[in-house]
Amino acid sequence: MKPVIEVHNMVKKFGDFVANDNLTFSVNQGEIFGFLGANGAGKTTAMKILCGLSKPSSGVIKVAGFDVYKQTEQIKRNIGYMSQRFSLYNDLTVRENFRFYGGIYGLSGRQIKDQTDKLLSRLGIIQSADKVLRDIPLGWKQKLAFSVAVMHKPTIVFLDEPTGGVDPVTRRQFWELIYESANEGITVFVTTHYMDEAEYCERVSIMVDGRIEALDSPDQLKKTYKSASMNEVFLKLARAPKVVI
Amino acid sequence: MKGFIFKEFLHIFRDRRTMLILFGMPIVQVLLFGFAITNEINNARIAVLDEAKDEMSRVITDKMTSSGYFELATVLQSRDEIESAFKKGQVKMVVVFEPDFSSRFVKEGQAAVQLIADASDPNTAGLLTNYASAIIRDFAMNLQDQQKPPIQLRTETTMLYNPELKGVFMFVPGTITILLMLISAMMTSISIAREKELGTMEVLLVSPLKPWQIISGKVVPYIMLSFINALVILILSYTVFGMPMRGSLILLLLESILFIVMALSMGIFISTVSKTQQQAMLLSMFVLMLPTILLSGFIFPIANMPLPLQWLSHIMPSKWFIIIIKQIMLKGLGIAYFWKETLILAGMTLLFVGMSVKKFNIRLA
Amino acid sequence: MRTILYILQKEFIQIFRDKAMLPIILVVPVLQLLVLSYTATFEIKNTRLIICDQDGSSESRELLAKFSGSDFFQIEGFASRYEEGVEWLKQGRAEQLLMIKSGFSEDLHREGTGKLLLVTDAINGSAAALMNAYALSIINQYNNELIQEKFPGKILAEAVSISPSYWYNPDLNYKTFMVPGILVLLVTIIGMFLSGMNVVKEKELGTIEQINVTPIKKYQFVVGKLLPFWIIALFELAFGLIVARLVFQIPVVGSVGLLFGVASLYLLVVLGFGLLVSTMTDTMQQAMFISWFFMVVFILMSGLFTPVESMPDWAQWINTLNPIAYFIQINRMIMLKGSGFSDFSGLFYSLVAYAILTLSLAVWRYRKTV
Repeated sequence: MKPVIEVHNMVKKFGDFVANDNLTFSVNQGEIFGFLGANGAGKTTAMKILCGLSKPSSGVIKVAGFDVYKQTEQIKRNIGYMSQRFSLYNDLTVRENFRFYGGIYGLSGRQIKDQTDKLLSRLGIIQSADKVLRDIPLGWKQKLAFSVAVMHKPTIVFLDEPTGGVDPVTRRQFWELIYESANEGITVFVTTHYMDEAEYCERVSIMVDGRIEALDSPDQLKKTYKSASMNEVFLKLARAPKVVI
Repeated sequence: MKGFIFKEFLHIFRDRRTMLILFGMPIVQVLLFGFAITNEINNARIAVLDEAKDEMSRVITDKMTSSGYFELATVLQSRDEIESAFKKGQVKMVVVFEPDFSSRFVKEGQAAVQLIADASDPNTAGLLTNYASAIIRDFAMNLQDQQKPPIQLRTETTMLYNPELKGVFMFVPGTITILLMLISAMMTSISIAREKELGTMEVLLVSPLKPWQIISGKVVPYIMLSFINALVILILSYTVFGMPMRGSLILLLLESILFIVMALSMGIFISTVSKTQQQAMLLSMFVLMLPTILLSGFIFPIANMPLPLQWLSHIMPSKWFIIIIKQIMLKGLGIAYFWKETLILAGMTLLFVGMSVKKFNIRLA
Repeated sequence: MRTILYILQKEFIQIFRDKAMLPIILVVPVLQLLVLSYTATFEIKNTRLIICDQDGSSESRELLAKFSGSDFFQIEGFASRYEEGVEWLKQGRAEQLLMIKSGFSEDLHREGTGKLLLVTDAINGSAAALMNAYALSIINQYNNELIQEKFPGKILAEAVSISPSYWYNPDLNYKTFMVPGILVLLVTIIGMFLSGMNVVKEKELGTIEQINVTPIKKYQFVVGKLLPFWIIALFELAFGLIVARLVFQIPVVGSVGLLFGVASLYLLVVLGFGLLVSTMTDTMQQAMFISWFFMVVFILMSGLFTPVESMPDWAQWINTLNPIAYFIQINRMIMLKGSGFSDFSGLFYSLVAYAILTLSLAVWRYRKTV
């Protein structure tokens, strides 16, 4: 397997505050990689660097084979991104949102149409294609946002807490979408708070106070920390170290 | 309750850029109005087309340029050049002395001067020809041993309240009003609408605080901010521009508080009818700011407007407050002269408070 | 290029889907033109006059008839004593007091001089000066009539005949002056506020982040964001010119093509400015306040209401940074005087430099990274 994300000694500082302290890890092609951590552990910061939204303070980082210092524009061509906050346009219709993002990624008119039809029929909401997004329930919006993020067939898709505020049934359906994309060869890099979701990942890293404390497959982690569930693993790791308040 | 007010203050002060504007704006505006915005004419650029080229035309030209009103920008050689001088915007007026000016003046008592003004700015054009005519007449009168006219009406003129005809006297009351309106009404309406939009209003509403406590918590910091701003403007206009304070300062401050409360209740009302910050902003802009500038008598006298606009001006709270400020500061009058205006403002306050409470209750029910 | 088209398509859909937008684009300009040009005037008419005529003679009545016959004055009432008249001024029921003391006509007959008292509420200094001048000219006119009546042939011909002529606006109509300025205001407000608010809105909603992870180029984003408002503002100008023509009978004397050429350039400055503000702010509230602040200062100093030449040197110097001042000047030149390009080429090149400056600053300040 060839790695599509390679991170060596990544450090990100804001003044004196160290948000990412010497991170080293790699993600393989087609893998579903879970990036866990408590609020404020530094997950979003790391993800923004990998997406080219922010520059690291030091370290060697390559995403899809491109350097995050100099080749952010090439990186952006090869990734998809779904942010924590809902960020499709509420005042555009479903189809218009697809057309806009497809157009930005340089898809042809034909490709945009085909991809939109394909993705919408996969979701089973092709009949709502011309509805304004404002009138569509939140769960569906999240699935649409994911579809938009993979529309241009990126090498890697970054999902920042994609299932926040969504009911369990919809979450289940959402993960089915993730699996389908992984089967098509898209690497999935996902942050989440839900430990049951962590079980779905092939490998999981757990961040505490800016550092990666553990990185392995869920089964291996449960063995190492002698826990019945990922939830327990997480609580043991997150609680143990220096809590300075 | 105290903590709540404190939180509001934190919100406001933490936003440095807004703070800078809230306190910088009054100062810049007062300075601009005081120093830069003026209708007076000085050093207007003019051209002379001297077809006479004799002693008298030269003397008149000198008299005009030394008056301070005019500055000789260029000397034209032919009438064809007038058009292009105007089109380039080089000069505002051309003075044309007709041929044989001196000799016709001396021999026939009939000499002619033409004043051609660029009336694309009619106000300036009118003033320039008036000043120029006055200078030329004065010159002619001095030359002819003019006997006294047999009948003379002598008019003694008094410029009441503002003998030096300073522009600031007109602008300061308006500036105070507009800023109080801006800060009180616009800021409160936006900040309440923001809490609604972000959903934090719900949190406050389910807290044990009573609705009136929430609202007053929002409002108190803005009252204080507005009040400080009003004081800054007053001190500036007093020290820098010599704006007098002929009436009672306490009365003025009390009236200001009344106006601030009125503006706040208006802001609260706007926030109850608007769903988003943007709506609150647009409403404040078009319902409050533009009418306050245009229909309050701030810059343009209301009496000259068409009747429908004059009627409209009656429902502008700022109009009444501007009258009150002028009555106190410039005319030095007491409450006996503006109890009606005060009552109108108080009535408007009650109206807005009533309407907001009604709106608020409907929403809660 | 295709990318820009996709952004344009999206912006236009969003603009016109907003129900408030069409009224803002079509109704607000007309209202602004109508209301502003009728309210923003320094013309004085119907000065409210209080009379205190203690003489009550045929001469004093003749003089008063002159005042009541004039369009500039409107007699509000009669006071019996001076103090009573001043009271009218205090209460704001009148702006001017004309007092004719008893003995006025007697003095006229005996000594040939008559004394009058004119008191003006001078809080509005420039209006007071005008009211005073009008009143004096009526009194002067009456004076001449008296001389002619009592001493026929005595009147001296003026030794110098002064003939003023008013080019480009022979009736000295104030609206002719205001309308071209208001048109500038119109396109400025639309351009600056809409473009400024637009980018901050994407920031506040978080959609900008989604755009920033795409391979879109800075210039594509900026062009896509600005072009819609550039087109709308130019449309606005065309619409405003038609209203000016039909309602106020103010045609464009110069070349319409030239006018639109300058407007297109000017809008680049304004849009660049709006974009710059929105790249420097995080919330719509901040953007709104900053734009508002600059607008107020720019408008007041632009020469829209008061002549730029009368301002002190430092203020005129500040004005070299004021884009509104440039375009108001050029617009009045083209619309009212028919000036050609060579007449204002200096101003034009300054605008070119300004446009390059604001746009490059805006593009430079807009960061795809955070």
